[in-house]
Amino acid sequence: MLSGQDMVGGYGGADILKGCSIEVDEREIVVIVGPNGAGKSTAMKALLGMLPLKQGTVMFRDRNITQLTPQDRIAKGIAFVPQTHNVFTSMTVLENLEMGAFLRNDDIASSLDQIYQLFPVLADKRNQLAGELSGGQRQQVAVARAMMSQPSVLMLDEPTAGVSPIVMDELFERILEIRETGVAIMMVEQNARQALAIADRGYVLVVGENRYTDSGAALLANPDVRRSFLGG
Amino acid sequence: MEIVTDLINAIVLLLNYIVVPGLSYGSQLALGALGITLIFGILRFANFAHGDSMAFGTMITVLVTWWLQSHGINLGPLPTALLALPAGILMTIALLVVTDKCVYRHYRRQKAVPVIFMIASMGVMFMTNGIVRFVIGPNDQRFLDGERFLVSAREFKATTGLSEGLSIKLSQGLTIVVALILVALLFWFLQKTRTGKAMRAYSDNEELALLSGVDPDRVVLVTWVITAILATIAGTLYGLDKSFKPFTYLQLLLPMFAAAIVGGIGNPVGAIVGGFVIAFSEVMVTYAYRKVFVYLLPQSLEPGGLMQLLSTDYKFAVSFVILVLVLLVRPTGIFRGKVL
Repeated sequence: MLSGQDMVGGYGGADILKGCSIEVDEREIVVIVGPNGAGKSTAMKALLGMLPLKQGTVMFRDRNITQLTPQDRIAKGIAFVPQTHNVFTSMTVLENLEMGAFLRNDDIASSLDQIYQLFPVLADKRNQLAGELSGGQRQQVAVARAMMSQPSVLMLDEPTAGVSPIVMDELFERILEIRETGVAIMMVEQNARQALAIADRGYVLVVGENRYTDSGAALLANPDVRRSFLGG
Repeated sequence: MEIVTDLINAIVLLLNYIVVPGLSYGSQLALGALGITLIFGILRFANFAHGDSMAFGTMITVLVTWWLQSHGINLGPLPTALLALPAGILMTIALLVVTDKCVYRHYRRQKAVPVIFMIASMGVMFMTNGIVRFVIGPNDQRFLDGERFLVSAREFKATTGLSEGLSIKLSQGLTIVVALILVALLFWFLQKTRTGKAMRAYSDNEELALLSGVDPDRVVLVTWVITAILATIAGTLYGLDKSFKPFTYLQLLLPMFAAAIVGGIGNPVGAIVGGFVIAFSEVMVTYAYRKVFVYLLPQSLEPGGLMQLLSTDYKFAVSFVILVLVLLVRPTGIFRGKVL
């Protein structure tokens, strides 16, 4: 559904991506892992159009969107959850969700119900400021805000960074449920083991290039991957 | 019985010289500070041209008022300036939007740091100031008409039999009422409408607002429009209350910035509270309390001096001192705004 082929580019200085290809399909969870500085987040941001590509193409639903701005791509159905600063802290949970649906003109009530079913704690806290929530609850708001745009692709940049293992398990649980609604999910993860365990496909990136690509289970079973990237 | 009368007289004195002027001046400062705080929250720079935007809007209002008056059009007891306000607002919107397109947009595209925007706004300030003085001249202009007083001191004394009078000018009453309506409308807009929420989101987290599909150009445009409305109304109310002189609007910049920062810059509630804090501090510190003490104390303890903390010539020092203290002690202001 969404793919980047042979992407080369960086933020102005040296190239961070040196010919990397990633893609995600409907009802699929794709996880990108790799050491620090491998260009994991950069690869995902390239799909969103947040950095200029020198080479390579980005395709979405068989159309070339390489030249589109991030705003245009979002309007087409790609949602992104940044790693940090991913909620409007001075706005209520409900307002955060409304902002997620900013580009929609239809009634959002049914989407709100769906979100509250997925994240029951947000229903209780709907009138509380997002800045007053705990880290785990904030991550839920962040994911929920992105889901309110009814995306076909949901991209998450390290959604479990800085949350407790219990919260991480719960978040992965929710991500699995989101996949069941037909959304394609791509995420960058530091907690590689746990993330690969729920992944349909995993990419191991090293210095801006693809090193291994396989199903999540196969990558977890691969002794080379285990030794080099999963700590044995 | 005489003690009670003395007490009431003292209260009337304080009402007349502190509460009423403080409320109306505070409302004017609050409206001005709201404009500054909106620009800071959305465009992220300290807009030094704000005082002169007020002067420009008021100038247009004054000119149109004169034109209306010359054609015999008036609002009866209310000042004709109210009728001229829409024209002033429209011209100020035009000025601010054109300035944004010519000056600030250039620096936005360059992703310039806030201090560059601030310096650019000083250039805009001098330009606007020049235009205003070129068109209407540097002198005092009178454009107030209609009824002078809501409550006049003489009538008040006659009806109550007190020796102190309470006077409320129509312009003061008008200022407070208009400010209340305007603030209510602004908060309704920011809290309830789609565009208002987009503005708050953009102010809170620009990156995430863009990721949610907020159009930054539209947010900036709406911000300037609201700022123009607030500036013109604040300037006109101030002009009706005192008089219209271009230079005083430049001087207002200090108390208005002090108000915005004391309340917490970027926070609209803070701007309003800050406006009243500054206004009441100025009025209270520069008022001569002698007569109040004469009423309250026995004759033997009557104070000799004026009992004035600071001469009115130093009233700007009050906002300056408060500003410095706030920046030293609590730079985020009362309501935890952004740090400059």
